[in-house]
Amino acid sequence: MDESIYLDETRDPLIIAEGWMKDGKDVAIATVVETWGSAPRPVGSHLVIDAEGNFHGSVSGGCVEGAVVTEAMDVIGSGKARMLEFGVADETAWQVGLSCGGRIKVYVERLG
Amino acid sequence: MDPYVLRTLNEERRARRAAVLVTDLGDGRDRIVREGDAVAGDLGAAIASAFRTGNSRSVEAEGRTFFLNAHLPRPRLVVIGAVHISQALAPMARIAGYPVEIIDPRTAFATPERFPDVALHAEWPQDVLTRAPLDSYTALAAVTHDPKIDDFALKAALDAKCFYVGALGSRKTHAKRVERLLALGAGADQIGRIHAPIGLDIGAASPAEIAVAVLAQTIHAFRSRGLEAKGAVA
Repeated sequence: MDESIYLDETRDPLIIAEGWMKDGKDVAIATVVETWGSAPRPVGSHLVIDAEGNFHGSVSGGCVEGAVVTEAMDVIGSGKARMLEFGVADETAWQVGLSCGGRIKVYVERLG
Repeated sequence: MDPYVLRTLNEERRARRAAVLVTDLGDGRDRIVREGDAVAGDLGAAIASAFRTGNSRSVEAEGRTFFLNAHLPRPRLVVIGAVHISQALAPMARIAGYPVEIIDPRTAFATPERFPDVALHAEWPQDVLTRAPLDSYTALAAVTHDPKIDDFALKAALDAKCFYVGALGSRKTHAKRVERLLALGAGADQIGRIHAPIGLDIGAASPAEIAVAVLAQTIHAFRSRGLEAKGAVA
């Protein structure tokens, strides 16, 4: 159980994103905006990605991060935000799924 | 996300102040709403609910879809007094999601043997609270019975707008305490915020039962933040 009442500056995704921005990097922020069923990470969770594909945080506990990072590179390039949906039932749009059987919606946007 | 919005959000989070990040999922525009900022209509009601519950969610309002990301500081409980009640309260509160810090200058009480795995300060509240000030996401329970130890902390908790302030002692004890706090400059409205006798009235008898009553009252105070003024909570 994480018991600190203060932010963990070395692990907090939004703090890391701000640091990357100060270093002049291009950054995308992915956010879980909806979940159905047994989603592994709660609504509001973040994954932050830089243009080299480095990332911190999580939106699913490892199931779909790879796909989100790939999409995030496009978002950094185009500047256009995207809404991604993942789930075992949804086989048309995505090759990756959540083994837990849940579904999640992830909003990916560029910082700045 | 707007870089300025991210910087502001992180500033608020570092300072342990609540904020809701509102993102229009249609055009990506975002803004920070602080606790107490007035927002009208359905969106305002949804934001108020996000502050109260800490739950993030998408909402439909004004024909648009907004994502509300609630960033609430982690609540904590500061207990003045390393006494029997505190020994039961510390593990219970931690399990409920309220990390505990215990302050008691009496070194015979504040020992690691009596309080394993608890943030413990064998110092005067004045010294500890100057280093790590109280805030509106902190609850304070004063349980030493000793005015020399409790009073300063109670006044500090009222001034810092702690979401919960409780003080152990009978009504008679509390009446004397009120006089002392008034002499320290507390206002009548502040005095009214002190829960005394401490704890929900569940007929608690043992120290552990009193700890349950204090924890329940703390949780109630936390989950009804901001509702008092509207008379929604008895």
